[in-house]
Amino acid sequence: MRDDPVLLRGRDITRRWGGLVAVDKVSIDLERGKVHAVIGTNGAGKSTLINILSGEIAPSAGTVELLGQDVTAWTQPRRARAGLGRSYQRNTIYPTFTVFENCRLAAQASAQRPWRWWSAADRCPISVPAAHAAARRAGLEPLLQRPAGLLSHGQKRQLEIAMCLATAPQVLLLDEPLAGMGAEETDRMLALLAELKTGHAILLVEHDMDAVFRIADRITVMVNGSVIACDTPQAVRTSPAVQSAYLGGH
Amino acid sequence: MNADRGKFLFVALCFVGLALYPLVAGKFGVDLVTKIMVYAVFALSLELLVGSTGLVCFGQAAFFGIGAYATVLLSPPADPAALAWLLPLCMLAAAAYALVVGALSLRTKGVYFIMVTLAFAQMAYYVVHDTPLGGGTDGIYLNAKPVLGSLMDLGKPLVLYGFTLACLALTFGFLALLLRSRFGRALAGIKANEQRMRATGFSTYPYKLAAFTISGGIAGLSGFLFAVKDGFVNPELLSWHLSGAVLIMIILGGLGHLRGALIGAFAFALLQEFFQSEAIFGAFAKHWLLGLGLTIIASVALLPRGLVGVMGQLRERLVGGKGSKESVDA
Amino acid sequence: MTLATFLIQCLNALQYGLLLFLVASGLTLIFGIMGVINLAHGSFYMIGAYMAYALAPVVASTFDGGFFSTLAVGLVLAVLLGYVLEWAFFSFLYEREHLQQVLMTYGLILVFEELRSLIVGDDVHGVAPPEILAGTLPLGEMMTYPVYRLFISGVCLALALGMYFVFTRTRLGMMIRAGSTNREMVQSLGIDIKFLYRVVFAAGVAIAVLAGMVAAPVSSVYPGMGSTVLIICFVVVVIGGIGSIRGALVAALLIGFVDTFGKVFVPQAAGVLVYVLMALILLWKPDGLFKAG
Repeated sequence: MRDDPVLLRGRDITRRWGGLVAVDKVSIDLERGKVHAVIGTNGAGKSTLINILSGEIAPSAGTVELLGQDVTAWTQPRRARAGLGRSYQRNTIYPTFTVFENCRLAAQASAQRPWRWWSAADRCPISVPAAHAAARRAGLEPLLQRPAGLLSHGQKRQLEIAMCLATAPQVLLLDEPLAGMGAEETDRMLALLAELKTGHAILLVEHDMDAVFRIADRITVMVNGSVIACDTPQAVRTSPAVQSAYLGGH
Repeated sequence: MNADRGKFLFVALCFVGLALYPLVAGKFGVDLVTKIMVYAVFALSLELLVGSTGLVCFGQAAFFGIGAYATVLLSPPADPAALAWLLPLCMLAAAAYALVVGALSLRTKGVYFIMVTLAFAQMAYYVVHDTPLGGGTDGIYLNAKPVLGSLMDLGKPLVLYGFTLACLALTFGFLALLLRSRFGRALAGIKANEQRMRATGFSTYPYKLAAFTISGGIAGLSGFLFAVKDGFVNPELLSWHLSGAVLIMIILGGLGHLRGALIGAFAFALLQEFFQSEAIFGAFAKHWLLGLGLTIIASVALLPRGLVGVMGQLRERLVGGKGSKESVDA
Repeated sequence: MTLATFLIQCLNALQYGLLLFLVASGLTLIFGIMGVINLAHGSFYMIGAYMAYALAPVVASTFDGGFFSTLAVGLVLAVLLGYVLEWAFFSFLYEREHLQQVLMTYGLILVFEELRSLIVGDDVHGVAPPEILAGTLPLGEMMTYPVYRLFISGVCLALALGMYFVFTRTRLGMMIRAGSTNREMVQSLGIDIKFLYRVVFAAGVAIAVLAGMVAAPVSSVYPGMGSTVLIICFVVVVIGGIGSIRGALVAALLIGFVDTFGKVFVPQAAGVLVYVLMALILLWKPDGLFKAG
């Protein structure tokens, strides 16, 4: 394993829908131990970018490199198995399963063993402890037996992260994890993200500017599909180009 | 835990009841319940697809019919075939067609999938109906029923009853184990949110294809049992009305529960007997499909969770407010 | 095969394809705009055919009408039927899952089939085309072609053009297209979406019924005709792409030709050919040939 701190590398990623260019030659590096935030107005191309990095959409041009390998042609499940985790803006937890089963099923992806039809999933020696570990890390231990649909919104967002962690990924793509959260829940989530930094490379797409400036090590600003700035939070905050295009004089 | 205990007890009682039934029933009763048990195996095959994986297949009759036709076509013309190789071969034939149909249809989504599975079943129907292979609309007779050496002669009604009961129990047990295994939980995840499964690292297509093929094989088993019981097969065994009937069975019983397939098969057979009864309906009895159609519409509209959910629905009505959680169970 | 025979088969294929298109367009429209998969659509076709048979004597005795009067009466009844059905039954299906729609409309098929059996019976009937259209046209030196089949093609083409015109040039068509992509917005613009859906549904029913009535002299009237046409329509929609009228036209014509020429060259496999075609297209394009719109 190389000692390259860059775990995910996107180069000149472009995506066209007919005549419309949704993402225009975007390059991005995700380093281990760092949170890289992507901000931009609605329609700036952030969702398309994260979908291309995770493998849900194929780019019209450009490459994606994960842990040194060119994964541009890989499907999403394959990238996920190689260490790429993804959370969604809208909750994609399984509402009828318990919190524990949500985590366990996610963890099962790393050790699927589908042919052992006689052996109960609840006694799986790999996914069960991994689920406990992920739930503990996300602070969901006391809620393990509750049906996920009955959790509060903030708890559901935590579960979304826990499911991401259950597969022990090295790269995390987080799409608006703070969406719809109150102040206290936001603090808890940011503390979790700060803790997760070590050992992981995190991409954070977010609208909550305060949170972004608190936690990001690097910020990429997108407008109309192109990157207009990629720098430290301080530099981005004071950049005149960013201020006029996006922050509107903050 | 109490709820699970109750479900297990219910299923166990059903099987005990079925085992003891021939002691009190006459020839007609044994024949009828054999038919119902065959339908129950058929319904279980579809439950794996629709209830457990969320794949609404409207062409299950094709696998049933292929299993039935294979039974007759592979049996020697005058002598009984050996059960030991006939049964697996018939299941294999049905599973093989399921593999092909699944490989093509599973690339489609949602409503397309329903239409494509129906179309492929219709294709099999036409092959059997129009080509000399299937004996045309007249059908083919099974002249001698298979035997297991000198141990079992499926030509005897009681032996066939016992054998069918054993097949039903084994199928039920197999599916119960399958659904609580890692494979089964993956299917449940695919049903709940396929995109999330993919994002987590599951390649969902192979799972769905495996479920589809296994389901086809089990449907083939029920086709085999049907052919042995009736001694006769005709193209109507692949008709889409049979696909509709088995779908109704599992909805009626309750989707997402294996015992729902059992309940549904019984309920459907009883409804059929009821509406076809000349004693009650007189001249209308031959228009029994009218009653069935109205029942289907009413049951989908009024009993969204099927008969399995009736208790829960009543409880909610009486007590008011949300009932207990829905769990992933057999 | 001679040129004249070839021409005859082409005309047959065209006629069959256009008729299929008419029925399938109603199906794909109702699904594309209202999101309802309606298994009973084939039953409307069957109802149309049986109406052509059963209404003819009634129309003849009440006001001495002929074929065209029967068509008109049938059309009025079809619109009424569609309107009432949508109000009483289908409007409850819009929000439901596909599985429930499939089952409830399947139940409806059974009800329709048995009601037909009770009212008109299960016999197979022939329907005579009207006198003016009963003749034949010469084709080459020795062959002739029935005028009535040309009439069917003509009616289908006219209806297809009419639909195209309504969709692309009228306000109603614009509202329908808007309603299919953004229901809430259309509602907030003050357009009564319920009424819109009812109109679309009634139109879909009327088209299928008309197709059945017009086809009756050629296909004869028999109990299983609804199921047969429904499943072929499914194949049309799968090949053409759901929600796409253009796709339905291309697919219907494709099927018309494959089926007609298949019956000529490979009579034993004729029934299966259409499904083989579907399988091949699915291999190439799992979502059908065209996208919705």
